[in-house]
Amino acid sequence: MSVVILVLVATASIAVGAKGLSVEQVWHGLFQDTGTYGDVVVADRLSRTVLGLLAGAALGLSGAVLQALTRNPLADPGLLGINAGASAAVVTAITFFGVTSLSGYVWFAFLGAAAVGALVWFLGGSRGATPVRLALAGTAISAALYGYLQAVMITDDQALNKMRFWTVGSLSSANNSTILQVLPFLAAGSLLALALARPLNAMEMGDDTAKALGANLNRTRALAMLSATVLCGAATAACGPIVFVGLMVPHIVRSFTGPDLRWILPYATILSPVLLLGSDVVGRLVARPAELQVGIVTAIIGGPVFIFLVRRRRTAQL
Amino acid sequence: MRTNRAIRTPGGLSLRLDVRATVVVGLILLAALTASVVLIGTGDFPIPAGDVLKTLLGNGNAGQEFIINELRLPRVLVGLLVGASLGLGGALFQAISRNPLGSPDVLGLSQGATAGALTMIVLFSGSATQVTLGALVGGLVTGFAIYLLAWKQGVHGYRLVLVGIGVSAIVTAVNGYLLTRSTLTDAAQAVVWMTGSLSGRDWTQVWPLLWLCAVLVPLVLANARGLRMMEMGDDVSNALGVRVERVRLLLLVAAVLLTAAATAAAGPVSFVALTAPQLARRLTRSPGPNLVPSLCMGATLLVTADWVSQKVFGADQLPVGVVTGVLGGVYLLWLLVTERKAGRI
Repeated sequence: MSVVILVLVATASIAVGAKGLSVEQVWHGLFQDTGTYGDVVVADRLSRTVLGLLAGAALGLSGAVLQALTRNPLADPGLLGINAGASAAVVTAITFFGVTSLSGYVWFAFLGAAAVGALVWFLGGSRGATPVRLALAGTAISAALYGYLQAVMITDDQALNKMRFWTVGSLSSANNSTILQVLPFLAAGSLLALALARPLNAMEMGDDTAKALGANLNRTRALAMLSATVLCGAATAACGPIVFVGLMVPHIVRSFTGPDLRWILPYATILSPVLLLGSDVVGRLVARPAELQVGIVTAIIGGPVFIFLVRRRRTAQL
Repeated sequence: MRTNRAIRTPGGLSLRLDVRATVVVGLILLAALTASVVLIGTGDFPIPAGDVLKTLLGNGNAGQEFIINELRLPRVLVGLLVGASLGLGGALFQAISRNPLGSPDVLGLSQGATAGALTMIVLFSGSATQVTLGALVGGLVTGFAIYLLAWKQGVHGYRLVLVGIGVSAIVTAVNGYLLTRSTLTDAAQAVVWMTGSLSGRDWTQVWPLLWLCAVLVPLVLANARGLRMMEMGDDVSNALGVRVERVRLLLLVAAVLLTAAATAAAGPVSFVALTAPQLARRLTRSPGPNLVPSLCMGATLLVTADWVSQKVFGADQLPVGVVTGVLGGVYLLWLLVTERKAGRI
């Protein structure tokens, strides 16, 4: 069911835009080259759709892993400072290294996210890391970095001008080279995350029970942190910080799968891109021929859905 | 040393006094006053601390009197009041949501106030007063919306935080949209406001804040007993005779008002509401919401941060919010390292 929805949304994402295409044209563009104008449009929108799929899956997975790791329903990549790290690195790239192209940001953003992830892990106590310590370290580093970010934006108008567009999160800059840049990281991170479902499940029952069940706490935490950082860092590098997907989708999924991560993680992988691409399509529809950035739409659509879910039922506890 | 002492009056009234907490509050207040005096003396025309005190007591010369009473004193007072409101508001939110991260920034109040202010700046090119009003309205509407949306036969802490996050995400997106649609000049003005700044604050901002605090702080403290019971859970506190929902509504409204007013006056100064209660709790080492210590700590933090920003970056180069963010972050890191060495977390 979820896969069908995903395919539909992906098709819509290719078909919808400033110039609408029929489903037939999309089919031709994808599988039988007819050499028409439609094919060019399809090729262009295809990279955008692929990036949306990848980034959506990565954000959902990393959110689910982080919520399990920190045992905190509020955990999202932002809490561990990953967004702040990426943003600070991008603003540094703009102001001090004169980088202006979006594809130039990617490495900076990824490095920033990875550096902050490692720092949080180290300050959080590395081998003895507990959920509270990790969250505290992430919040602390975020705060310090946002202070720096704001200081730069206040003094440098050029950086402000670039950053105000980058920080809302958008898929419009997608091209094949960006996708290739982040693809290996996304693939490795996803595999790692999915493989961690079992030990993370054990950890949900509390540290002592998990130990008794034979889980290696330190190793699981380190790997979970690594996969979440890599996934979210790569996604953020490619499209800017899109905050809400990683937070919300695991909650939605949990409301129908229950707390078993072996179900939550795959569902999050499939449903997060639905949310992200769906939002992107809506963003292109409501503001035609211009578009509303996907980060804005995810929040405006996702926010009320999220509140509705929180209200409607007892959200399954972690 | 015994940490608790009971004071009994002949009439049969008694008061339990936490000695350590009382001493800590005294020291924090002293720190706040010292920082204020130093801050008043700091600026393009430095004034020694002795002269500042003399002028405040009414014996200064005319020039210093003008600089202090008209320019710097209101700014410092706004700083103290905003810090105190944020500290108390933060402590209330953290106690009500039972989450140490349940600060106004996380619950979306700061973002709501920002949305109000941004609307005024970007869409109406509003004056400073209009921006303040916009922020106040934005904060109050957001707070009200969060409470209504979280209401379902009472407000549960967990639901409050989750709904707050949802609202916060929506409002943040609106803010991002407003920023991308504004001219660069407006955006620059908006970013300064969004960082939180004390520069150019005068008596017209002091009085409303002062009145609000004068009404709300006693009201909150009078209801703090109930809050302390509520930390044990709603059922237990019901059994102990606390009208949980009423106390919660009252305190929540107070917290929203305090935070919205503080944000309207100085912008969403980051981190004070989050750290002040945590700092206070660690200094007093006493359980419970620690309302008074948090209040004093918030005031001290903000005034000290303003002084640091003037010292390090020069007068009014960077707004105080930059410093609270960086200082707060560095402090939390230090805390993390020391607590880890002490084996407490």
